[in-house]
Amino acid sequence: MKNFRWFVPTLYILFLMAPIYWLLNMSFKTTNEILGGFSLWPKDFTIDSYVEILTNPVWYNGYINSLSYVLLNMIISVSFALPAAYAFSRYRFLGDKHLFFWLLTNRMAPPAVFALPFLQLYSSMGLFDTPLAVALAHALFNIPLSVWILEGFMSGVPKEIDETAYIDGYSFPRFFVKIFMPLIASGIGVTAFFVFMFSWVELLLAKTLTSVAAKPIAAVMTRTSSTAGYELGLLAAAGVLTIIPGAIVIWFVRNHIAKGFAMGRV
Amino acid sequence: MNKTQNNKAWFLVLPVLAIVSLNAIVPLMTVVNYSVQETFGNNLFFFEGVRWFREVLDSERFQDSLLRQFSFTGIILAIEIPLGVAIALSMPKKGIWASVCLVLMSLPLLIPWNVVGAMWNIFALPDIGLLGYTLNAMGFDYNFTRQAISAWFTVILMDVWHWTSLVVLLAYAGLRSIDDSYYQAARIDGASKWAVFLYIQLPKLKHVLTLAFLLRFIDSFMIYTEPFVLTGGGPGNTTTFLSIDLVKSALGEFNLGAAGAMSLIYFLMTLLVCWLFYTLAMRGEER
Amino acid sequence: MARIDLQHLKHSYIENPMVEDDYALKEVHYTWEDGGAYALLGPSGCGKTTLLNIISGLLRVSEGKILFDGKDVTALQPEGRNIAQVFQFPVVYDTMSVHDNLAFPLRNRGVDEDEVKRRVSETLDMLDLTKWSEKKARGLTADVKQKISLGRGMVRSDVNAILFDEPLTVIDPHLKWQLRSQLKLLHKQFGHTMVYVTHDQTEALTFADKVVVMYEGEIVQIGTPEELFERPSHTFVGYFIGSPGMNVLPVNIEGRTARIGGTEFELAGTPELKPGVRTDLGIRPEFIVLGEKGIPVSVQKVEDVGHHKIVRAAIEGQDISIVIGESASVPADPHVVFDRERVSIYADDWRVEMGG
Repeated sequence: MKNFRWFVPTLYILFLMAPIYWLLNMSFKTTNEILGGFSLWPKDFTIDSYVEILTNPVWYNGYINSLSYVLLNMIISVSFALPAAYAFSRYRFLGDKHLFFWLLTNRMAPPAVFALPFLQLYSSMGLFDTPLAVALAHALFNIPLSVWILEGFMSGVPKEIDETAYIDGYSFPRFFVKIFMPLIASGIGVTAFFVFMFSWVELLLAKTLTSVAAKPIAAVMTRTSSTAGYELGLLAAAGVLTIIPGAIVIWFVRNHIAKGFAMGRV
Repeated sequence: MNKTQNNKAWFLVLPVLAIVSLNAIVPLMTVVNYSVQETFGNNLFFFEGVRWFREVLDSERFQDSLLRQFSFTGIILAIEIPLGVAIALSMPKKGIWASVCLVLMSLPLLIPWNVVGAMWNIFALPDIGLLGYTLNAMGFDYNFTRQAISAWFTVILMDVWHWTSLVVLLAYAGLRSIDDSYYQAARIDGASKWAVFLYIQLPKLKHVLTLAFLLRFIDSFMIYTEPFVLTGGGPGNTTTFLSIDLVKSALGEFNLGAAGAMSLIYFLMTLLVCWLFYTLAMRGEER
Repeated sequence: MARIDLQHLKHSYIENPMVEDDYALKEVHYTWEDGGAYALLGPSGCGKTTLLNIISGLLRVSEGKILFDGKDVTALQPEGRNIAQVFQFPVVYDTMSVHDNLAFPLRNRGVDEDEVKRRVSETLDMLDLTKWSEKKARGLTADVKQKISLGRGMVRSDVNAILFDEPLTVIDPHLKWQLRSQLKLLHKQFGHTMVYVTHDQTEALTFADKVVVMYEGEIVQIGTPEELFERPSHTFVGYFIGSPGMNVLPVNIEGRTARIGGTEFELAGTPELKPGVRTDLGIRPEFIVLGEKGIPVSVQKVEDVGHHKIVRAAIEGQDISIVIGESASVPADPHVVFDRERVSIYADDWRVEMGG
């Protein structure tokens, strides 16, 4: 029995890798070969699709747009959530529990509900079709999550550390940046990972709030698949390129992933 | 941890409150506003009371998508939670292979949702996709763009592919937190593997599984992009889930009143189910 | 209940141990009597938990054999050895009631339900747990949980030995004493072979008939509390047991004469020494008489610890401690006399016998 235990995860990983392999396979085929029929690996190996994406501004601007709102959102979410998480982890104050729960309910809201009102809100603020609009919209979902995860990590830091610092004459901002933040560095990393994850994979809001100038890569792909329909090689290559940033980020947080997922008090 | 009473802590929460309110309250008000009015364009609105709510709740279209939504969520929960736990149980406990497993398994979680849809589209194409081709070669009549059954099969398989890892990671973290002496005591007591699972592992996993259930419920209940890209809600309306339906009526047909009412019903339902489940799951803890 | 034979046990956590230091447990070869209460005593990292886990079967020993009542159990899994173990942190099955916790090991072994009921209610009585019987184990206090883990062992009538791994660590101080005396009582009443790991000498000395002192992966002495106190067979036992520990002074031996620095005195016998060994003299602070004759000492300070006083002093630059009575005082010109019968001589840290 024991010797066959590896079998289950191996089978599962094979299942996970199969569609990804197929995407890779397609991305190295010519359009003719793709339409010509079924084949397990590219016979007519080509990197044309990748060359096209990396040289055509419509494509690579999509990447730049996506990355810029993701980064912007990471900065907004983490920097807003830090003080709030500190307040929740250290103090009791009027309405704290209700506020915490209300924040979390926002994480439960279906993005589809907000698509139209967001469109109107950000249009009226003159932010439509900018990365900032998408970043702000994603913050609605990411800030509650960030507060939750950070609060979990902060509660693990003994309060005596804060008190010692105040006695030593540190002001709150200086203490927070110089002493406290380094202590929860891994927590900040895990939070950033989750924020990245949501912002990078979400498309509905990102697509609704942009049209031309800030169009995310994911939306550029949707256009290709619906109009041309047969530029499958291009689509596959673009897909492969969207997997890479995620893979890099996972590699950096690999030792904290499991812990981060279980964070919080539920 | 003992917390100090300090109402000045509100100042630390203020920025979050401001940005979340801007994002949550203003749009929610807009939605409420739409849901009780009728518009004929030109920004002319008339008060309509609860008519939209009644209309939405009575409409066959809404009832159908709701039914589809619950079936879908029910099926994927029934598959992903046990499967995720089973995989976490059989994973290596530490060392390089544990890391390799974790990294590879997390990969699907970081792929943009429309890429997931597109990837599965390519993967499942009956003539040139690995899955579609293999199934047809094995003698199944499979075409997810034409047959409702095939479409459902593909959407569910895609969701299992996409999200089971989340359950695995949570369950894995939960299992790692069980002290070795529990397993040692169980060996001394002569407990079978099944008894170890039932009396040691499962009780300790309760928290993380509650979390997994909630997250999977919420996310699958608002699923939009993946099935939209894969099947476009078809064939016919067979894979049109709530979000797809909502976006169709709000942004596609600009039927604001109905969309507003539907949004609110949808949101409240999500909250209600989460609250119910959370309360039930936590009730045992209190005593 | 069983006699336990440990035959030439050696254990290493490394695959291929090369030198002696690779072994977490150096050669152990002893027999522990049926029905004995043994305490494994030593500082953290001395190998006592390793030895315990080898006996329970949680660890497979690298070399040597373990026999229960003459039957070789080296290759058996813990459930096959029929032992019980109580861990440092209470292990209970949270979702079961106290009754079901105790029934669990019996049910796993396919005992029929009437017998289970009978055994469990007997054991609940023995441990004063009857009033908790239907409670879920989750919410109970640490001391009750430890009793439940003990109960899961005692419930099996044929259990070979009950092993304890620092079981009182998480118990409140005022309950520690209570639990320990209950344990002692149970041992007297039912005569289980018990092995108790601890780093607390009071716990070990009050619980056990025989204390097994371990140091750096070796058993340095097995003996009754009196033997450990009066004839420590290793300088470590001298230090570790007693408060303050034994005085150990470097000494030169010639025949019956011991010389510390410039001071000479006569021993009770002639120590049997091999040439070239390092020799020390060991004497407990309790066996030194402070007075006006004998070897001159310089007193540094006197600590009053309640029922007696401890005098910190020096002989020829070597620090020693002396215990004197509560009402005794330090003379103006202090001298000490060693009780000749209680002086031990150590060669490379091991006690040597005195010849006539």
